[in-house]
Amino acid sequence: MTETKRITMREAISQALWEEMERDERVFILGEEVGVWGGTYAVTKGFYDHFGPERVKDTPIAEAAIIGAGIGAAMVGQRPVAELMTINFAFAAMDHIVNEAAKLRYMFGGQFKIPLVIRTVGGGGRQLGATHSQTPDAIFAHFPGLKVVSPGTPYDAKGLLKAAIRSDDPILFIEHATMYQVRGEVPVDEDYTVPIGKSTIQRPGSDVTIVTYSKGLELSTKAADQLAREGIEAEIVDLRTLRPLDMEPVITSFKKTNRAVVVEEGWRSFGVGSEIASRIYEEAFDYVDAPIQRVAQKEVPLPYNRTLEQAALPQVEDIVKAVKEVL
Amino acid sequence: MRQVFPQADCEKINGIRNTIGNILSGVIMEIQEHLDLYYQMVLIRRVEERGAELYQAGKIGGFMHLYIGQEAVSTGLVAARKPQDRFITAYRDHGLALNVGIPAEQVMAELLGKSTGISKGKGGSMHMADVEKNFWGGHAIVGAHLPLAAGLALGDQYAKNDSVTVCMFGDGATNIGFFHEAVNLSKVWKLPVLWVCENNQYGMGTAVERASAVSEIRQKAEGYGIPNERVDGMNVLAVKEATAKALDYIRAGNGPYFLEMITYRYRGHSMGDPERYRESDEVKKWQENDPIGIYHARLLTEKIASQEEFDAIDARVAEEVQAAVQFAEESPEPAMEELFADVYVE
Repeated sequence: MTETKRITMREAISQALWEEMERDERVFILGEEVGVWGGTYAVTKGFYDHFGPERVKDTPIAEAAIIGAGIGAAMVGQRPVAELMTINFAFAAMDHIVNEAAKLRYMFGGQFKIPLVIRTVGGGGRQLGATHSQTPDAIFAHFPGLKVVSPGTPYDAKGLLKAAIRSDDPILFIEHATMYQVRGEVPVDEDYTVPIGKSTIQRPGSDVTIVTYSKGLELSTKAADQLAREGIEAEIVDLRTLRPLDMEPVITSFKKTNRAVVVEEGWRSFGVGSEIASRIYEEAFDYVDAPIQRVAQKEVPLPYNRTLEQAALPQVEDIVKAVKEVL
Repeated sequence: MRQVFPQADCEKINGIRNTIGNILSGVIMEIQEHLDLYYQMVLIRRVEERGAELYQAGKIGGFMHLYIGQEAVSTGLVAARKPQDRFITAYRDHGLALNVGIPAEQVMAELLGKSTGISKGKGGSMHMADVEKNFWGGHAIVGAHLPLAAGLALGDQYAKNDSVTVCMFGDGATNIGFFHEAVNLSKVWKLPVLWVCENNQYGMGTAVERASAVSEIRQKAEGYGIPNERVDGMNVLAVKEATAKALDYIRAGNGPYFLEMITYRYRGHSMGDPERYRESDEVKKWQENDPIGIYHARLLTEKIASQEEFDAIDARVAEEVQAAVQFAEESPEPAMEELFADVYVE
């Protein structure tokens, strides 16, 4: 049995970066406050002193330059990890993510490889107001050529980030701002990766399928605990990667439970839930026993006031209610 | 209101030429090299003239931006490179593609969207690249390739090699944020990049002075503390000379350099440009300064080459272009499997 240790999401991500930088000299970090400051979420604390300024590069506040330079360095064989302080700032680099990173390989007939990881932080719940609290994951998952990964456990965060750094494709790696203290078992001294583009069952159950990822996993797990006390066994499928989307565990689970709730933190319209529900209807229509429910953020810019903010974000009770709706 | 290009600017360019002096006699070059530069410029022009015809005939789709009039810039730049130096440019990329050595066949085939095109027919006019020849594209979003250029240079700086990235862009690109982010970063990190602004006087149909706070684009580099100069972009030797100096400066580890090439495009911004923004007299004035014409005349006057040699080159180019068109027209369409190929590596 592999020895494991209970560590935080922050430690898991930090370990993945550290180990990959030790393993491969081509890996370096660039971004705002990643070096001297140690990362605004303290993920790269200690990196600057250990790896030096050439491998932990503090950039100007210039998101297009951060991502553009990351793409260019990746094109000529380095393996940069470009950090966007939050996903809200990705809009300032949208052209480079969407028009360059996602398209250059295809558009030039396969001549380029872009082994770039864009690490960023999304999500609300910290009273940062509407511009700093978004969960726009679905927007990025819309573009062929880009991969979008968003882990829900420390084990997956570490394994997926290591896989992302070793991948030759551009990958947007989205962490959640309120999950850095989430703890989980992670193998000690084991160089493992988690495959990108594979969904997984995080909790087995037979009555209903909850499909979710990232922060939604934490909420759904709490909801499942509550439901279990009432004798309802929910099966939780964690997508982990939004593009390419692996529907197999979702469909398998749904064919067993015939009922599904999709939980995401982003807005409901045109969101992850819409995509998952459509695919279930397309691929398993004969197994549908109840309309699929979507739990998502209310359709407003996220307000500052704590009560209003929480009212807009999906809550455990919303998931419990949605599950009871489909049963 | 119609914009008339001021006579003064043509004089300014002649002024630049005079200060550079008689470059032809000042630079020692093999006769063959002179003839090769002439050949490359003529090749670009003839390939594009045929391209324009094929476009009119409906054989080329999408947007097509011709380089005609600006041939001396990319030709002079490439003439000064070392093989390890990387090139990246915007969407007006046929000239550079030919200069770095992509065969005219593959350029023409890409224009026609054929499987034998340099980007397998999936990029088109604006997206040509050849990694083998250190040509990193043809990029269609104005200014967006400048951060990429900073990244190519960053990759080389990180690898501690002596490559320099040459990044070409138009005057219009210097008004977008990408330019400022990339140029600033290049100076902060002392990146080995040569910024080359091709000031062809218009960003689409908007004259430089109507769009840029400073009409001397090089002043923007000055603002970031980057050494810079204006160069007569109609004179291939002036371009080559200035580029060689700049590359030496960068390769010595001094950080970026900025060249503003004063040039002019004879054709519209792209095919189908009604050209309401300029008078035909203005185009004619610039054509008196034609990069191929003045070079040809000078090589003849200074008895470096004979008219027979030029005739031979012209004939060779005509043949090459004809062969390229035939190759492109006879090449197969991309296979349907190609539709899903190369979205990802894995």
